Amino acid sequence: MATHCYSAAMTTTLPAALRAPFSTGGANAIDAALANKLLGLALASGGDYADIYFEFRVSADYALEEEQIRTLGRGITLGLGVRVTKGDATGYAYCEDLAWEKMAHAAKTAGQIAIGGGHAPVNVGQLTDVPKPSFYAVPTPSLVVPTQDKLALLRAADKAARAFDTRIVKVEASFAESIREVLLFTSDGRMASDVQPMLRFGVRAVAEDGGKRQSGSGGGGGRYGLDYFADAKRDAAAHGREAARVAIAMLDARDAPAGEMPVVLGPGDSGILLHEAVGHGLEADFNRKETSNYTGQIGKIVASSLCTVVDDATIVSSRGAMNVDDEGYAGQCNTLIENGVLVGYMHDRLSAKHYGIKPTGNGRRESFRSMPLPRMTNTSLLGGKDNPEDIIKSVKRGIYAKRFSGGQVNISNGDFLFSLTESYLIEDGKLTAPLKGVNLIGNGPEVLRRVDMLGSDFELSDGIWTCGKDGQSVPVNVGTPTVRIASITVGGTQA
Amino acid sequence: MSGVQVTEQTIKELCDVAQLAVEIAKRAGADDAEVLVRDGSELTAKIRLGEPELVQEAGSRGLGLRVLKDGKRAVTYTSDLRREALEALCAETVTLAGYAERDEFSEPPDPSLLAKSFPELDLYDPKVAEVDAAWALKQAIAGEAAARNHDKRVTNSEGATWSRVLGATAFATSGGFVGGYRGSYASFVVEPLCDDTTDSANPKKRNGYWWTASRFLAELEAAEAVGIEAARRTVATLGSRKVDTQECAIVFDPEVSRSIVGTIFSVANGSSFWRKSSYLVGKEGEVIASPLVTIVDDPLIPRAPGSRPFDGDGLPTRKNSVVDKGVLQPVLCDVYSARKLGRESTGSAGRGIGGNPGPTTSNLVMQAGTMKRDALIRDTKRGLYVTSLMGFGFNPITGDFSRGAVGFWIENGELTFPVSEVTIAANFDEILKRIDAVADDLELRSSTAAPTFRVSHMTLAGTSK
Repeated sequence: MATHCYSAAMTTTLPAALRAPFSTGGANAIDAALANKLLGLALASGGDYADIYFEFRVSADYALEEEQIRTLGRGITLGLGVRVTKGDATGYAYCEDLAWEKMAHAAKTAGQIAIGGGHAPVNVGQLTDVPKPSFYAVPTPSLVVPTQDKLALLRAADKAARAFDTRIVKVEASFAESIREVLLFTSDGRMASDVQPMLRFGVRAVAEDGGKRQSGSGGGGGRYGLDYFADAKRDAAAHGREAARVAIAMLDARDAPAGEMPVVLGPGDSGILLHEAVGHGLEADFNRKETSNYTGQIGKIVASSLCTVVDDATIVSSRGAMNVDDEGYAGQCNTLIENGVLVGYMHDRLSAKHYGIKPTGNGRRESFRSMPLPRMTNTSLLGGKDNPEDIIKSVKRGIYAKRFSGGQVNISNGDFLFSLTESYLIEDGKLTAPLKGVNLIGNGPEVLRRVDMLGSDFELSDGIWTCGKDGQSVPVNVGTPTVRIASITVGGTQA
Repeated sequence: MSGVQVTEQTIKELCDVAQLAVEIAKRAGADDAEVLVRDGSELTAKIRLGEPELVQEAGSRGLGLRVLKDGKRAVTYTSDLRREALEALCAETVTLAGYAERDEFSEPPDPSLLAKSFPELDLYDPKVAEVDAAWALKQAIAGEAAARNHDKRVTNSEGATWSRVLGATAFATSGGFVGGYRGSYASFVVEPLCDDTTDSANPKKRNGYWWTASRFLAELEAAEAVGIEAARRTVATLGSRKVDTQECAIVFDPEVSRSIVGTIFSVANGSSFWRKSSYLVGKEGEVIASPLVTIVDDPLIPRAPGSRPFDGDGLPTRKNSVVDKGVLQPVLCDVYSARKLGRESTGSAGRGIGGNPGPTTSNLVMQAGTMKRDALIRDTKRGLYVTSLMGFGFNPITGDFSRGAVGFWIENGELTFPVSEVTIAANFDEILKRIDAVADDLELRSSTAAPTFRVSHMTLAGTSK
């Protein structure tokens, strides 16, 4: 049995305070021998698979409001989750203490799902490191950078938003950063580890003109260090200006129309429509249970032939990137829909076993307190051949959707809804008036069949999206080119 | 399973930890310190198609610290409550506060305002703690079976889940406050699924749910009754379709009317007011809703889901009027937002581990009307009876409201066919003022509650003629 446990690419550059206590050389280093004993205990009641997931997270956040640095926050979480499966049933327990008795208690509690099976600790044998790629090697995580440098970013965004227009009356800026270190041992003999940096920058501006008030927001981030801001297109000031631009543009917003009409989705953020309209329905747990409207549709046409949809955990530094998922399988690029034909689902271990295929690296969990589920990473509709300007020109009367606050889907019937925060009326092929906040509502499969033009301007959203499922939130990203949907219901007030 | 009961001794231990952390923070140089400690445990038992799918059982604790140093604030949290860890955390938090800028409004509350005694609210039921995984699984199996047996059109299931949380909260401040309490909460939900082949070219699945929840085990509805109601609600959605775009009456079922009431709070609180991020700013004392609308926030209802004996600033809690016969009352405030607005706190602070306090609701309740729900529907010529809402479409600054809606079409006072894939929209100011009928079916099932009510007209977007 190996005593060497694992090595994570980044750890050598991290100061002790940012290192997980369970990592090699840490105060409570967990080695394969100890993990083996825990796994044996977890399986003692007769479970057929167990894993132990250690997680250490250090996070910090900074907020500016009314031109002042208002609050600084910092938090540390440490714990482990033990999962035992028996058939399709899962037992799960966790604790926040690396003392042996606590960990052993969690292992036994999780194992009770299989009660009535065996009665003795099981020897799971040799544990071997899972090789993993490196999609976010960050030489200097932002957490080790002096606080003042991060506060300067907030001030720069505030200043830029205020300078954008005298009608900007209020600016809020925030910066959040974290490092998450995970270590996983499985009873089928695997060990995996990863260090996952994340940062997110956000600005909100309020514009006032006469009696009218509107707000706009900007932001981005991903698995980066502060080098993220080196690109002038997304430095702190650029996010500040973007928030101000939206707020000012919306001052002139008029009531949106109501009813069915063509909609052109702008590149990037519009991928959230894809995430809702098809993404969730292709998570294999829903299909394994036959509760998704995509159940049994593999090989069938589920979208316009223009549509190829991928979920790609390998996009370097993207918010949804995963070197290794939370079940110890390497992140990969999975094609879901190819030229309109459904070719695959996103799997976790449980669903992959059910379908008799290899896991796709989509088993993710919010924290050690939750069991893994099939989840999206970076989900994209790939680019097409149309010139984006021609797409707008082709619409006589419709809507151009540019920014979104979020979306929601009903997995069973595919009905989805998403909320626009910046959109424009298209009249005779031109963007005319900005529209007040409005929703688009539709049915996933129906809407994807109505995609009839696809731009050549594919763009990945800047990293702002968080996806919720079964009470678990995970960071994701989305991307699309400009897309024309022949008809979708727009939920305005002008009937 | 034994050992999960939350006892008076647990509360005392947490209070001691909170007070210890306050002392350490003071010694580390904080002018003022506030510490929140939580200890909780959960049990979730989920079954699907009669077989166990998940049993999750665990406990966790956390400590949140907020310090003030030279008028500057920092907030930190940890799950490590050992003394040496607290020493390190306190020192770090004080250092962190040095980077903030002085905020003249962030002084702690005057010690004379802090709660000295606490009402007994009966928020903990030891019987909830006595439930074990085997019993919870049995309940879940019975509820799901009742749903599947009730109607053969229930062809599949997203499962049935029985869960409980138990917890203790303690809060201490350098101003001299110390207090703690315990709570229990149990809930059960059944989620049936049907195959809808009404449109044979485009078959769909229809899901639905029904639930029960209470702090007290004996107050839960029977698992079988929950299952039957879940089945009834799910089967009723078979054949859902869009309707034409039009202006029509909108009737909100209690499952959604409470989210409308929650939306009112989101624009009627001290935080949104001082930030001027609400269309209601400047309208206290003015008519903002129909005279049929009266809303109170009452943290002192024994056994209620949102009750609390003291608030997140350590102030006594009290019943506050939010909207009285359509007139907006002084908005709910914590100490900070009250200071920003030049007034007194309403005792409405909420606080989480690792966050700043802010105004929150306790039991936010819209008062019942006198009409029977059936009479209200009979009184509606044409409109949509809404049973669930989707999406986020609300702009607090302008009041623009647009959300996805699911429900039943009302024609000449009768529920006729199920409707989905439409949106309803209007300005929120118009929505509240157009409430023209309120039913008597108020139930305090959740911390925000409202009866069925009707909005005379909104824009429904669906198919184009």
